[in-house]
Amino acid sequence: MAETILAIRNLRKSFGALKATDDVSLELRAGEIHALIGPNGAGKTTLIHQIAGAVKQDSGTIAFLGRDIGGLGVAERARLGLGRSFQVSSLAPEFSALRNVMLAVQSQQGSSLRVFRRVMSDPTLTEPALKMLEQVGLAGRAHVAAAELSHGERRRLEIAITLALCPKAFLFDEPMAGLGPEGSKSLIGLLSELRREAPILLVEHDMDAVFALADRVSVLVYGRVIASGSVSEIRSNTEVRRAYFGEHV
Amino acid sequence: MQTALLIEQILNGLQFGVMLFLMAAGLTLIFGVMGVINLAHGSLYMLGAFACAAVAAATGSFWLGLVASLAAAAAAGAIVELLVIRRLYDRDHLDQVLATFALILIFSEGTRWLFGSFPLYLDIPPLLSGAVDLPGGARYQLYRLAIIVVGIAVAIGLYLLIAKTRLGMRIRAGESDREMIAALGVDIRTLYTIVFALGAALAGLAGAMVGALQSVQVGMGEPVLILAFVVIVIGGIGSIKGALVGAALVGLVDTLGRFLLPLSFSFFLGPSQGATVGAALASMLIYVVMALILAFRPRGLFQAST
Amino acid sequence: MKRMRGETLINLLLAGMLLLVPLAAWALEEPFYITLATRVAILALAAVGLNLALGLGGLVSFGHAAFFGIGGYAAGILATHGSDQMLVIWPVAVVLSGFVALVTGAISLRTSGVYFIMITLAFAQMIYYFAISWPAYGGEDGLSLSLRNAFPGIGTALPLNFFLICYALLIAALYLFARIRDSRFGAALQAARQNEVRLAAVGIAPFPIRLVAFVLSGMMTGLAGSLFADLNRFVSPSMLSWQMSGELIVLVILGGTGRLFGPVAGAMLFVLFESILGGFTEHWQLLLGLILLGVVLFARGGLVGLLAGKARHG
Repeated sequence: MAETILAIRNLRKSFGALKATDDVSLELRAGEIHALIGPNGAGKTTLIHQIAGAVKQDSGTIAFLGRDIGGLGVAERARLGLGRSFQVSSLAPEFSALRNVMLAVQSQQGSSLRVFRRVMSDPTLTEPALKMLEQVGLAGRAHVAAAELSHGERRRLEIAITLALCPKAFLFDEPMAGLGPEGSKSLIGLLSELRREAPILLVEHDMDAVFALADRVSVLVYGRVIASGSVSEIRSNTEVRRAYFGEHV
Repeated sequence: MQTALLIEQILNGLQFGVMLFLMAAGLTLIFGVMGVINLAHGSLYMLGAFACAAVAAATGSFWLGLVASLAAAAAAGAIVELLVIRRLYDRDHLDQVLATFALILIFSEGTRWLFGSFPLYLDIPPLLSGAVDLPGGARYQLYRLAIIVVGIAVAIGLYLLIAKTRLGMRIRAGESDREMIAALGVDIRTLYTIVFALGAALAGLAGAMVGALQSVQVGMGEPVLILAFVVIVIGGIGSIKGALVGAALVGLVDTLGRFLLPLSFSFFLGPSQGATVGAALASMLIYVVMALILAFRPRGLFQAST
Repeated sequence: MKRMRGETLINLLLAGMLLLVPLAAWALEEPFYITLATRVAILALAAVGLNLALGLGGLVSFGHAAFFGIGGYAAGILATHGSDQMLVIWPVAVVLSGFVALVTGAISLRTSGVYFIMITLAFAQMIYYFAISWPAYGGEDGLSLSLRNAFPGIGTALPLNFFLICYALLIAALYLFARIRDSRFGAALQAARQNEVRLAAVGIAPFPIRLVAFVLSGMMTGLAGSLFADLNRFVSPSMLSWQMSGELIVLVILGGTGRLFGPVAGAMLFVLFESILGGFTEHWQLLLGLILLGVVLFARGGLVGLLAGKARHG
């Protein structure tokens, strides 16, 4: 069996009386794309927040490459190789696409407390960054400010940034959101290739993408994982159908 | 004798706290509902004091002056909201700080232009002059006691307003989700003007009441404003309860500190050295307390809305 | 690229004007204008410090007067007790203000948004009240320096010489600002301003970056404070006041937040307003307030922004 990269055990998180994450256990194994689906309000984004470190879990463990990361902050987890993209694109808007990626490259290379070399004339930063942009097809837009990129381009920029972190695992939160059919198709192709770099935990609503990409699927409803298995197993699972379509199936 | 002095200082602390509460409540409401930090609040305090002093001098009646201060402050608040604050809702905090700082300059110099640089004097109304006997043999100024009573009344009034009226409901809704209540058809613009004017009136009331204790002069508002900020930071932005607790805390700590620290240091360092060191440390005390509270609760004691 | 050259041109113009005016005044034997130019240079230096934290880092510090005043008092107290050598006073001013920035910054930077603004204001106020209630060094009345401080080999009592010292320090500070802005540290700092969530997500924690920026910023403003005390031969507690903090922010905004020569342009404009408008009416601050309001509401890029267009970030 493939190595377990990310192991979540008995994770719980409540906001007051609302159980956003209710005893969730799941695994991300090497080489796979593990999709996380579920109706709106199921708690998918809260789960991603906890894995990334933006929200502290109430109880349970999160192990990354065998190490318990539950107490680490967002930046530390990113440095360990957890690459995350955001549901709503989160970029440095005034910086160009290139500079956005250069930030990730800089982070990977070590301390940012260096004041003497100009970043724009530093090939150890610009070259790797450009390579990442090429990989996602944005090399031609390298010097465009992130705020001026199209929605689809911003999605790809986010992925380029996570790539630059030499990630050991990807956390993608609805990367297809807002993309038209063309954009979706090209992004699906990109994600499929990315699986070779590192496994992907993919939160998605777009079922075409899920069925095309996922090796395994877990279904989250009201904070609990009600089913987990291959795509065909999930498609025929009655509880899942009930969760999505109601009692009359 | 010592208990009497202590009781007097505690009451002074409460009176100071009441004044801070009036300022802080307005500030925290404005920030909670509209998301705007208003540095010009001290100017509204000053305006209330000047209006009261001017009208009291002209008519001979403190009470007419008080009414004038409320009206003037509320009106100034409404005008400022309509002309300036309205444009700041979507701006970042730096722009809000600068614009309201500009307002301070305008108000301060404008007042100096109208009234000159010399302080105005406001007399305590005859009805409230004199002193009251307290347990322990102390006598306490009736006027100061009245201020404390007014403060408690305002606190109760605000609670009733926010918890029990429709306006209060809209205010609470506005604090949680600005866009939503606009979508629900509540007239946001009027709501904002009312909230701002209400905060302004509270500041003006504070200024008018204090005007009779200290002199009325340009620049009297800003030191109070800064302390009101300390109150809000300690209490938690957006929380009126936090403003009340914070104001009481700041008022008591500051007043008692100024009384007790020089006294304590005099034991070790002798009377004159002790008084100096104690006074200097007392002036820093409330900020040290603020820093300590922030070390454990970066968002204040009653961490209210985001 | 055209835009970049435009800003460089403006910068050279500003640097040139600031140098030429006192030189001309010296030639024409009008020392008053040399003093005015020195005031501009020192205020600009203080504002460059603030620009580091505010312009690059987005840290709205309403308490930078604390550092300005600490530098001033360092100069004043040392001149009274220890040494009147600038080369001794400057490091002391820098280290002291840096230390205070470290302590207050470590607390303030745990907060954000309006909390940060209010807390920096409160800390500066604390230092202000301490200064006026400590009578040994003048209390409310302030502290006088009997002589201008000394620099080896230069007759610092001469207005032009002192101006040139201040100007040199200003240029050095501007150079440092530019290096920081273009460096990895500067990239992280500006990213923290634009989107701190993004910065953390790439593995850089914002807090240490901001703290270092805040300390450097405080140090620069502290140095300016020591020069200011030297210029006026007087340390006034008003150097620590909230009005001074506001003035420093105004300097940065008027010139253009985050722009390299923004503080220089802002200081020039401010001192011009002070002298010209102040000549017309003692209520010139009313006009300043109106102008400031106008700038905030309508002309957000400040003077450099107006002349050179939006900044390009590569």
